[in-house]
Amino acid sequence: MRLITVAGPPSVGKTSVIVKTAKILVERGARPGVVKFDSLSTSDDVVFRRAGLQVAVGLAGGVCPDHFFVSNIDDCVQWADRAGLDMLIAESAGLCNRCSPHIRGVAAVCVVDALSGVHTPRKIGPMLKLADVVVITKADIVSQAEREVFAHHAHLANPKAALLFFNGVTGQGAAELAHHLAAAPRIAALEGERLRFPMPSAVCPYCIGETAIGRAHQRGNVRKMTFEDTAL
Amino acid sequence: MTDFESCLGCAESDGAAAHAAPDRLATREPPPHRPVPAVVSLTVVPGKGKAGERERETLHVEAGEVVCVVGPTGSGKSRLLGDIECLAQGDSPSGRRVLVNGEAPKPEWRFAAHQKLVAQVSQNMNFVVDLSVAEFIAMHAECRQVADPRRIAREVIACANDLAGETFGGGVSLTQLSGGQTRALMIADTALVSASPIVLIDEIENAGIDRKRALALLVAREKIVVISTHDPILALMGGRRAVVRHGAVAAILATSAEERTHLARLQEIDQAMLDLRQRLRTGERVGALPPILSGTKPWTR
Ligand SMILES: Nc1ncnc2c1ncn2[C@@H]1O[C@H](COP(=O)(O)OP(=O)(O)O)[C@@H](O)[C@H]1O
Ligand SMILES: [Mg+2]
Repeated sequence: MRLITVAGPPSVGKTSVIVKTAKILVERGARPGVVKFDSLSTSDDVVFRRAGLQVAVGLAGGVCPDHFFVSNIDDCVQWADRAGLDMLIAESAGLCNRCSPHIRGVAAVCVVDALSGVHTPRKIGPMLKLADVVVITKADIVSQAEREVFAHHAHLANPKAALLFFNGVTGQGAAELAHHLAAAPRIAALEGERLRFPMPSAVCPYCIGETAIGRAHQRGNVRKMTFEDTAL
Repeated sequence: MTDFESCLGCAESDGAAAHAAPDRLATREPPPHRPVPAVVSLTVVPGKGKAGERERETLHVEAGEVVCVVGPTGSGKSRLLGDIECLAQGDSPSGRRVLVNGEAPKPEWRFAAHQKLVAQVSQNMNFVVDLSVAEFIAMHAECRQVADPRRIAREVIACANDLAGETFGGGVSLTQLSGGQTRALMIADTALVSASPIVLIDEIENAGIDRKRALALLVAREKIVVISTHDPILALMGGRRAVVRHGAVAAILATSAEERTHLARLQEIDQAMLDLRQRLRTGERVGALPPILSGTKPWTR
């Protein structure tokens, strides 16, 4: 089984990237499937199914989607095995730039959107900085200069990653990404493996459902902002 | 700062995290920042048309040359430019192969997203970043490791003003530029800042920029310029034009001496139309038409 984690902020086009690339992988004889992680609901599974791909959905509900991901990904691999797949692409919810679902020894893709502005690559944390492949979408509708600056900033944020432009409408870039995914390492199970980057845990009352606002509830690992006029 | 901290984007660190060394799949070397190789020629090896019929014509373009691509809407002009942009190797719908200096380009040049051989200006492109013109062009120049980014930004703006007619300053926000100013700035930036030796221009005729100067600017930098167009003036400005039909290059015509003579007159007509437009815009009345438009001026042969 080859596992690939695909992460990226919401609405960057992760689903189109996966669908277009999986189509090429299928043409080349691979049997890819998808697991889609989201927080409350998703309709991406319909898109994947329509593209002829087997899909599992994981909804995190009240739990942090990245924590939910790491607690379930090995089960997803076992499911993909039972389903007769030889490649599993895990699409993350991509809600927070602090976490990253990338796993050691597992191919890691980060999708970013050229429309999000040239500073974005520097603002995205380990999700981009520790990826093996950085995919830039929607580059066809920004100026050449912005593409170049965006790609340059992505390169500075993660100099080792392969960087590629992907047009989610025409699929330009899919062949190149398919080439990277087909070379992803094989794994049997993830038991004992490690994340590339630690995820913060639930450490304050709000993590476990507190809704009341006030000092009395700010217990545990609380960080307060400082303002210039209140600083020591 | 450790790798780990740099991952967070700030020097903040929480205890548990300190053990986790970042890890990567491959131990690839970082791609070195190589200079873009000199491109002396570009060859589009025939593929197939939309119905699978064999394409007959090979398009071969040399540095400093302008080739136009003409054909009805939907005939495959943008596809041809797209094939050049991704330096297709039989892996695009047309099956074409693109050679640089007579050879298939090395994969690192095909896929080096941050140092591309091919730059593009098209009708779909816009500036989206929230910066002033001068700030952004200087930022682009910095990425290109240009020695004096501010100076080159001033040059680019002066050059764009030359092309657009309606002038703008460096302090104006990129997103406030008009369509014409936007295309003019894109072309000036591509010519002066971008290192890409191949420039593709996809249907920008309605932008109201000085086409002759725009081409001269690009050609002066020994770039290979391929332009898809419906504009007769632009089409005749190229040394040759590729005619695309049903997805395939059906013919390649060199601009004839006769066509070049027409070009002068067409440009005069075009200029007269532009002047007319300018007068209407500023609230003037149109009196007698200039001779070139009223038909009183004899053909200049
Ligand atoms: N040689 C070809 N093989 C397959 N499809 C093609 C070919 N040439 C063009 N097409 C497709 O035809 C459609 C119209 O082509 P396009 O390049 O957009 O036309 P134009 O730019 O001339 O209006 C596009 O979907 C394009 O991908
Ligand atoms: Mg077109």
